Amino acid sequence: MKRRSPALAIWLVALLACVLVITQTRFVADLSAFMPRAPNERQKLLLEQLRDGVIARLIMIGIEGGTAAERAALSRELALNLRATQLFVGVQNGEAIVQEHDRAYFFDNRYLLSPGVTLEQFTVEGLRRAIGNSLDALAGSTGFLLKRLLPRDPTGETLLLLERFALDSQPRSLEGAWASRDGKRALLLAQTRAAGSDLDAQSQAIATIRQVFDKIPGRNASTGLVMSGTSVFSVSSRSTIEGEVRRLAIASIVLVVCLLLAVYRSIALLALGLLPVVSGALAGIAAVSLGFGHVHGLTLGFGTTLIGEAVDYSIYYFIQHGGGANPTGFWRTIRLGVLTSIAGFAALLCSGFPGLAQLGLYSISGLVAAALVTRYVLPLLAPERIALRDLTQAGVLLDRIIDRTAHLRWLIAALLLVAGGSIVLRSGDIWNRQLSALSPISKAEQQLDLELRRDLGAPDMRYLATYTAPDEERALQEAEQVGAVLQRLVQDKIIGGFNSPAGVLPSTALQRTRLAALPDAEQARLRLDQALPGLPIKAERLQGFLSDLQATRARQPLVRADLSGTSAALLVDSLLIKRDRDYLVLLPLRATRVGPSGDAVDLRKVSAALQAKGLSQVTVIDLLEETTSLFDNYLHEALLLSGLGFLAILGLLFASLRSVSRTLRVAAPLGCAVLCVSAVLLASGTLLTILHLVGLLLVVAVGSNYALFFDSGAQTGSEADRRQTQVSLVVANLTTVGSFGLLAWSNVPVLSAIGTTVGPGTFLALAFSAILARSRTHAHSR
Amino acid sequence: MPEVDRIRAIVGAMLVLAASAATAADWKLPELMQLLARNKAGKAIFVEKKYLGIIDKPIESSGELAFTAPDRLEKRTLRPNPELLILAGDSLTIDQPGKRRNTVSLQAYPEIAAFVESIRGTLAGDRTLLEKVYTLELTGSAEKWQLLLVPTQARMLSIISRIRIGGSHADVNTIDFDQADGDRSEMVITKVAAR
Repeated sequence: MKRRSPALAIWLVALLACVLVITQTRFVADLSAFMPRAPNERQKLLLEQLRDGVIARLIMIGIEGGTAAERAALSRELALNLRATQLFVGVQNGEAIVQEHDRAYFFDNRYLLSPGVTLEQFTVEGLRRAIGNSLDALAGSTGFLLKRLLPRDPTGETLLLLERFALDSQPRSLEGAWASRDGKRALLLAQTRAAGSDLDAQSQAIATIRQVFDKIPGRNASTGLVMSGTSVFSVSSRSTIEGEVRRLAIASIVLVVCLLLAVYRSIALLALGLLPVVSGALAGIAAVSLGFGHVHGLTLGFGTTLIGEAVDYSIYYFIQHGGGANPTGFWRTIRLGVLTSIAGFAALLCSGFPGLAQLGLYSISGLVAAALVTRYVLPLLAPERIALRDLTQAGVLLDRIIDRTAHLRWLIAALLLVAGGSIVLRSGDIWNRQLSALSPISKAEQQLDLELRRDLGAPDMRYLATYTAPDEERALQEAEQVGAVLQRLVQDKIIGGFNSPAGVLPSTALQRTRLAALPDAEQARLRLDQALPGLPIKAERLQGFLSDLQATRARQPLVRADLSGTSAALLVDSLLIKRDRDYLVLLPLRATRVGPSGDAVDLRKVSAALQAKGLSQVTVIDLLEETTSLFDNYLHEALLLSGLGFLAILGLLFASLRSVSRTLRVAAPLGCAVLCVSAVLLASGTLLTILHLVGLLLVVAVGSNYALFFDSGAQTGSEADRRQTQVSLVVANLTTVGSFGLLAWSNVPVLSAIGTTVGPGTFLALAFSAILARSRTHAHSR
Repeated sequence: MPEVDRIRAIVGAMLVLAASAATAADWKLPELMQLLARNKAGKAIFVEKKYLGIIDKPIESSGELAFTAPDRLEKRTLRPNPELLILAGDSLTIDQPGKRRNTVSLQAYPEIAAFVESIRGTLAGDRTLLEKVYTLELTGSAEKWQLLLVPTQARMLSIISRIRIGGSHADVNTIDFDQADGDRSEMVITKVAAR
């Protein structure tokens, strides 16, 4: 046939190139697609920390079932075995050994760590007062603890430190192991050696925890393991996404194949019909790989929807060219249809959500490739005369149905009124503003996470004071300055408390100041002798104090390595974060929990207090508000982009139809479909997310093809051609509704949001197009 | 040292709390228990002296005690340092001005729980419960009796060697406890008219 070689050769070479690119492609399935690219530095930094920081390396583990004693024993056994695997930097479960390390750290280093260590404290007056206070405190409930410490720590530094470190915010202990507040779970906290973003390593760590637990000898079968944490979420959503993508792809292919077989009744035609789809999918993946450097699993998930749209072109081609027919203006209509779809998807390209941008690129390149293959390759490969099953009867039947529905226009008007009214009545309560609405993590998993986090006493990280510093020493010095301001805010009851890395690891400068405040041996003895008269304790009982003072004086300041083995190490690791070029410091703030607004912190006051002390480099953040506002920004962006997409489609239609009334006739059914689907979703209690918005855009992009064919079918061609067109539209619509409908059942909210919108939406678009777009004159001329 | 110290501190607090019993009877253990069980609520003032090896003279503290059946005990120390201890059900709360309120669960400390159950056992007149953890010995007359509690478990014995509760009829007047390390404390309780 004509010009067979160039088109075929180009196609084959292009396919080969795509396959080559795809073999080099990295496929990812983490949560990054749900994390918007942050617009400002501060948000970027936070999202980075959530993804890669220590928080992302913590796995919270709960043991359920059995008795408290059994759970505690399992906890000890599990911790012991996990520590042996070398996969974890640390595994904490409240065993005495770690508490022992903590107390030893605070006691041994009390004169370097305690804020009570000042020049004033070691004067005669200072010693008299501090020792007097300690003796008074012996009468109280902590007297029993103090009694043991007093001979070596008469000024009470250890208790002050333990109080500051807030051991009481640690989980409760049951049978010698951490337990939840209700006592029904034993708790452990594991910190992986691998980075949080290394999902393969995280997955291995999680699997190891499970295996080790399952293999504990003599384990009561009724005991079980629960886990949560950022990495647990990432790994589980990755496997959910991978599973879903595979399932959806297979189901969708089976569905389309069955449908086409039923219509074509020819394996050869089926194979040919799938050519544009396969070419489109390959081109799409290759384009995304080249454009983004990797392909997200979700993009492949949407690929199934592309099958639904790309297959339409061959359906139109085969059915409308069936029996050797050659309808005029066919390619022009297809071209316009592809262009409108591209206009719709192009809006996604600019999205701040990497996942959506990938989807946009994937769809555009896939559709273009599918359309080109249908236009230039399919006619060469297809038999001269397409021997299609006779669809005339179906066509006539369909035509009759459509004619019957012509008088349903008033029904559409009524539907529109109801739908529009119900949306207006919601007065703006339409959009879901929570980022979690997009996350594939189930409510139950989120609940478990919340419980474990609370029971472990982990800071909820909602309010943060944060800044960066060029080195560790500067970071700690600033933490001390900020800490002084925050301490005052605690006294003023503006915040309930805060955590600081400097509390357990003071800056070298401050430690040197403290060392310099300690008197030498002779001075110390002299001052103690002068301080003690009148107090009921003799100097010879305090020899340990004097020798500890001198031993401390000979010491070097503490460094990070000195913390190893204590739970304070974890605190420093999570709050003082080493990055490529600098250090990031996070100081979590707690609300006062007193009064009606006790759960909130007035960040303006915190900010003002810091400003007043010249600490303007410190940013205070409400993470909850930050993510909400982030999401709001993206919603606005998406609304704007979709609006532009809709306008572009309208413009394209007008430019090529050159008639306001025809453009409106094509656009009206699409508008109606969008309105009705939104109203139904809202009425069923679903608040719309960005993904629903994208879905609506797809309804317009896909639906415009239907409206265009109805319109062109009405304008030109024979009665028979028109009927064939209608049959092809219904078949094409069935594949689209089918493949998107499958998405609706997905467990991944992103996929199900698109599915529930596009499935019903495209069907309505077809139905409304049939009723509205068909020219009235033509219908009457029948 | 540390875990034991924590237990010690709480045991100490518990011992002090125990000192709020109060009203009259005949002279055998069952009768005393019955009498004690009738106390539904009581208030008292206390003066406590601690004799500690490391210091030269006893430290004295004083304040108020309150007991509400079945399981709430409050010890409010007024001098020298104000402090409030509340035992309610399973939780022990320590509240010191200027410091964070600290609540611990007794379940977390089985030794202390056993100990506290014994004190509640005394106040509730529950002999069965008491004898799970202590050997009991009652001496003296109804007007002036003394109940000696000696722990049966080694872990408890390593902290407390014995508890002596002295009283008259249904009133508890003194609680002395001797610690394993030789330190001891004496508490004198004076009943305030019951509501």
